[in-house]
Amino acid sequence: MGMEVLAEIKGLTKVYGKTLAVNNMNLIIPKGRIIGLLGPNGSGKTTLIKMMNGLLTPTAGNILINGEEPGVPTKARVAYLPERTYLQNGMKVCDIVDFFCDFYADFDRDRAFTMLSSLDIPFTAQLKTLSKGTKEKVQLILVMSRNADLYILDEPIAGVDPAARDYILKTIITNYNENASILLSTHLISDIENILDEVIFIRYGQVLTHMTVDQIREEQGKSVDSYFREVFAC
Amino acid sequence: MAWNLDADKPIYAQIVEIIQMQIISGQYKAGDRLPSVRELAAEASVNPNTMQKALAELERSNLIITQRTSGRSVTEDSELIKKTQAHLADEYIRSFFRMMKELGYSNEEILALIKKAAEEGV
Repeated sequence: MGMEVLAEIKGLTKVYGKTLAVNNMNLIIPKGRIIGLLGPNGSGKTTLIKMMNGLLTPTAGNILINGEEPGVPTKARVAYLPERTYLQNGMKVCDIVDFFCDFYADFDRDRAFTMLSSLDIPFTAQLKTLSKGTKEKVQLILVMSRNADLYILDEPIAGVDPAARDYILKTIITNYNENASILLSTHLISDIENILDEVIFIRYGQVLTHMTVDQIREEQGKSVDSYFREVFAC
Repeated sequence: MAWNLDADKPIYAQIVEIIQMQIISGQYKAGDRLPSVRELAAEASVNPNTMQKALAELERSNLIITQRTSGRSVTEDSELIKKTQAHLADEYIRSFFRMMKELGYSNEEILALIKKAAEEGV
């Protein structure tokens, strides 16, 4: 299997006041992989993700995505699902789709409407009339409807029911292009570990482990979920 | 429905076993075309690269054949399918005997218990 680099992180550090959120982190994200970013609360996952999306500036070190630092060109190629929604509550679902279509050159409108239909989400509903879980589905559909090089999903399935979760995972498997990669953070490890190639364990702002799922299962004789519970036992 | 996979064994090895089983049981018959990697991965709810690895393993054992033009299909060699069946049966028997011995039974007792269960129509 080839190991072409999509993103490279070197000596990445982020300090908030006296708190070291990300501490001299080094990481390579290859092309064509689905990667789980796993770690306890406060381990630096969201800080890392925000820096990769150019929403926070590193205190030291750098990030290269397709050879470029986070900025306008990388944002055109990275589809980002933030922890919290930024969509306007008064907008209708179909207007938000059009908005994304105008905003991102790589947006596939038909794919978005197909997914909305599959999940029975009414196109003309205003966002504020939808449940929390349905809003999360809309947001994830928008992100997954882009033909991006890198999808960065911060807790993508936390609020949705198990049936929709299965649909979303299948959607991820069938839709993403084989040269693209998906980096997703989650606490619901057992739900997603079968669709992951690799997992990254993060602790105290550093990479503790970066292995394939089958490597962990072979070497540890247990699932990633059980291994996580053991490594991060309180 | 996602395929039923154990949590503590490598995923690709379990996929290999499941597809072997699907071929032996005739769900995929000798010479049948297989769905694409993507489709199989979605059906099983597993990573496409993992599915690819499992299919490569099945190709190495010749149970699956790749044709340049028409994708992957099940071997036409029904002898090979029978051999795979015999091999799996042997593995199950060995693991059954291992567990029964852990429970403290001798070979003779195990055979007697199997006979009794078969007569009672398991």
